[in-house]
Amino acid sequence: MESFLRTFSDQTINGLVIGNIYAFIAVGLALIFGVGNLINFAHGSVFMVGAYVGWICMTWWNLPLAVAFVVVALVCALVGMAIERFALYPLRGAPPIAPLLATIGVSFMIDQAVQLLFSRNPHAFPNPLIEHRFQVGGVTVSAIDLLIAGVGVATALTLYAFLRFTRWGWALRATAQDREAALQMGVNVNAVNRMTFAIAAALGGIAGLLVGMYFNTVYPTMSFQATFKGFAAVVLGGLGNVPGAVLGGLLLGLIESYGVAIFGATYRNLFAFVILIAVLVWRPNGLFSLRPRVAQEPLTGTFIAKGRPVPTPKWLIATLIGVAFVLPILVPNPYLLQILTNAWLLGMVALSVTLVTGTAGQTSLGQAGFMAIGAYASALLVLRLGWPFELSMIAAAFISAILGTLLVFPAFRLRAAYIAIATLAIGEIVNQVILNWEGLTQGAMGIAGLPPPSLLGWQMIRPHEIYYFSLALLCLAALVQWRLVRSPLGRTWRSLREDEIAAQAFGVNLNRYKTLAFGVAAWIAGLSGAVTGHMYTYISHETFTNTTSILALTMVILGGMGNLLGAIVGAVTLTALPEVFRGLADYRYLVYGLTLLLVIRFRPQGLLGTD
Amino acid sequence: MALLEIQRVSRAFDGVLAVNEVSFQMDEGETVSVIGPNGAGKTTLFNLITGLDRPNGGDIRFDGESLIDLPPDAYARRGIARTFQHGRVFGNLSVLDNVLLGAHSRRRATQARSSFLHLARELFYGLFWPSSVRQEEQILRAEAETILAQFGERLLPRLHQPAYSLSYANRRRVEIARALLLKPRLLLLDEPTAGMNPAETAEMLEFLHTLKARGQTILLIEHKLSLVMKLSDRVVVMDEGRVIAEGAPEVVRSDPRVIEAYLGHHRTGEGVAADEVAANHAPRAVVADFSEGAI
Repeated sequence: MESFLRTFSDQTINGLVIGNIYAFIAVGLALIFGVGNLINFAHGSVFMVGAYVGWICMTWWNLPLAVAFVVVALVCALVGMAIERFALYPLRGAPPIAPLLATIGVSFMIDQAVQLLFSRNPHAFPNPLIEHRFQVGGVTVSAIDLLIAGVGVATALTLYAFLRFTRWGWALRATAQDREAALQMGVNVNAVNRMTFAIAAALGGIAGLLVGMYFNTVYPTMSFQATFKGFAAVVLGGLGNVPGAVLGGLLLGLIESYGVAIFGATYRNLFAFVILIAVLVWRPNGLFSLRPRVAQEPLTGTFIAKGRPVPTPKWLIATLIGVAFVLPILVPNPYLLQILTNAWLLGMVALSVTLVTGTAGQTSLGQAGFMAIGAYASALLVLRLGWPFELSMIAAAFISAILGTLLVFPAFRLRAAYIAIATLAIGEIVNQVILNWEGLTQGAMGIAGLPPPSLLGWQMIRPHEIYYFSLALLCLAALVQWRLVRSPLGRTWRSLREDEIAAQAFGVNLNRYKTLAFGVAAWIAGLSGAVTGHMYTYISHETFTNTTSILALTMVILGGMGNLLGAIVGAVTLTALPEVFRGLADYRYLVYGLTLLLVIRFRPQGLLGTD
Repeated sequence: MALLEIQRVSRAFDGVLAVNEVSFQMDEGETVSVIGPNGAGKTTLFNLITGLDRPNGGDIRFDGESLIDLPPDAYARRGIARTFQHGRVFGNLSVLDNVLLGAHSRRRATQARSSFLHLARELFYGLFWPSSVRQEEQILRAEAETILAQFGERLLPRLHQPAYSLSYANRRRVEIARALLLKPRLLLLDEPTAGMNPAETAEMLEFLHTLKARGQTILLIEHKLSLVMKLSDRVVVMDEGRVIAEGAPEVVRSDPRVIEAYLGHHRTGEGVAADEVAANHAPRAVVADFSEGAI
């Protein structure tokens, strides 16, 4: 009993300390959401930059801790202002999802830049504090715990005083309440925006420094987890609600801490994602709001630029398909064929994204989750039940369609940017379940020894064989989708993309048509995932990550939302580009991030136009 | 039996009664107008009748069946179509597609009994385009063009242009055409002439007269009283969420309560009345109508 109490109180301290750090991240996200109505995906990247700057201060320059804090806050504030100035400021007046996508591009760029500068490997972060642990009333507390608590309380008080009693704080709160009115009263809302980013980024950077010290390590991939923990905390506390964000952060820390104690460490990240979706769906105003706030949601939840698609005559498409089919004969270069095979398989995923995001207007950042379901379904059917690949592949597509749609179903009532966050979380949940359901999926080990794709006894081992197979599947998927989007069903999908209220008034059952869109999309993505898995012969919970989802969305934006040929052109371009310019291969994600930023800024309708 | 029965319907927002125990009825073939100053609750009432919003109390019956527990997409299938006050065309869809969407609830695919059958049919039809579906599309398309032809050359040459490229008045026409392709038993028009100049308004009045002559049941919200008086069989006047008068246009027009509602709220004090009249351009337009002797 006593040991239970001890564990319990230790876990509580743990949870509060981690929660304190989440609160730092969440407050920044809440400020940015409140002022700019923007969900900032680059926040975790700034957090990671903070950790690295702190690491440089301590290990390269041996600066005292207090100075390191100041340097981290200043550098991150500058980074935040730069993000606002160069990535977001030019997008004023664009649909609200545009700046959100821009922050994804920024986060890709920052993460890869840090990887290039400091390698992808973790670096040890020395703890400058005494290692002694204090016993306070039966609870063990370390110096770093006290430091984090102290910095947390001090920052919270400073921020409160700033928002409450200074002119800039007033201006910030006024802008958050009513941007137009603040502008009319002479508030320089652009300056307020930039200042908000600076404050948020400084807080995020300090959180990074504290996390580095707490876990004694810094690594580039800490950024994405931080972004998501921050989202979960913000959503718990109510979007845009700063005190709520603090409470949400602490609560999330406690839930994680107790959850890990009960279920085990591999479950740690699952809680945040599940909480995120559950709160978004069932209590979209957060746990602490007394009455629902007036919805600020924009009418359209996707990124559809005005304009017509670039006309593509039938002979051109026939020629392109012809070229793709004779290419292996003309250029029998296995390396090229391998890259194009990847492009065809990713092209299918891009098609599935363009269906839900472009045609039906539900921005999806979780498409890799459908691929993972398809890949695991096929792998298990073949290896456990001895099914032939032809059958398992088709079954996997249907399993992905059904499971995928069931997973997304609770999020159907969400609109605008929230569906993007929810789908991203769903993609993560799929991977977390794969990681933790060891009995079925072999957990972190992954599944090895998948037989190569085969068709009626024909084993596809050589590059041109799998090339033809994946090209044929891509053509099939494109044909299916083309028939659907040109039919009255396609018209109905587009209507709910344009205006859900008006569509509903004319009898469109939103849930049914979203089900159809996600079902077909998950079918195509699942098929691609199954083939991809067997092609790799090995799959794990890290094979189909959110990076793939974001990449697929980037392809679609590059090609033109809702444009089928555009999705495939986008897939080929983004897969081939880093390979064609061999020097770019190491800068792959910089290229992706930059592409996303530039297309959104300068050609929002994409290369071939939205359809 | 009346086609539409509104029985003591109320809707409150944060304690403010936007619609307060409103009751009236409409018969098949009638044209009824709801008028009243801005903020009287007209559009809220429309949203309640079309299922976009739920009443806090009361009942709305259509053809004897209570509507208030139905999901919003069920109203269209019963033959209720509407246009929106601020216009809600599908911006990136062509004019033709906008209008064709009005027939959504008439399409065979949407007639299935269960949601599973509905989805299966949509998929099957979409993939294989059987001849029955092609035929249906052709018929609906011809109907859509016939409806659009009633606006002369305003929309026919623009069939394949995206709706966002249309003028404000043309978007209103597209919305009305979309509602008409539903073949509605009840057509609700929310300020169909807002933003139209006098010539366009006269044209719209003529159009609505034709509709009415064909027996179309119309429930209309409109600020241009001259149009209301010429078109309506009956007028329902709302103010502050309540029905303050109801009857034939010539009766309502001389009702002192109506004139008071439009010209000023004596019971809320002079200052408020002056503010309100100054702040709302719509009542001012109405005042102009009064002074021109339009009614």
